[in-house]
Amino acid sequence: MPKMNLSHFEAAILFALFSSVVLGVITKRTDEERLRYGVRCFAYFVAALIGLGWLMKLGHG
Amino acid sequence: MATNVKAQAEAPPARGWYGVVLLAWLVPGGGHFLLKRPGRGALLLASVAIMFLLGLMMRGAMFQPQTGDVLTTIIYCGGFLGDLASGLFYLLTVWLGYAQPDMAGHVHDYGTKFLVAAGLLNVLAMVDAYEIATGEKE
Repeated sequence: MPKMNLSHFEAAILFALFSSVVLGVITKRTDEERLRYGVRCFAYFVAALIGLGWLMKLGHG
Repeated sequence: MATNVKAQAEAPPARGWYGVVLLAWLVPGGGHFLLKRPGRGALLLASVAIMFLLGLMMRGAMFQPQTGDVLTTIIYCGGFLGDLASGLFYLLTVWLGYAQPDMAGHVHDYGTKFLVAAGLLNVLAMVDAYEIATGEKE
């Protein structure tokens, strides 16, 4: 099996993507609502990732 | 009498949900396929499968249940249940010898988390399939 090396950012983006797809698919009732919710979840994941990343960088000085 | 009527009204419909949930566990998205929701089933299958494969390719470790102090028990037993929730992916990985030993390194650590997260996403898919099968959701 091939070995894969991902950076923290790449791994977090992939995690956000697949989690958002599943959350979108299982939570809402129409396809349009699912798409919107999935995109919104992904945006929140990425915003949290970047925000927390900066917080840790600034916290370390 | 009134209690019986209420209980019957709250009971799941005649369609058995056991098979749906079992299939949803074994094959991620399988419950949705069985309930004739192929699009959603395919998205769930792809998400869980890709996440699980990425975890394996990052050489993530499978948890083995261990007991000891509370934190050890929660991490190892919870991690094992999370891995197990991937259904056939987990069973095939263990049976075919692709389960990796725990190794130091941040990429391996991401892989271990991806493997558990794939199982947890499948738990969400199983709950959704259960709700569809019992008529709580369309």
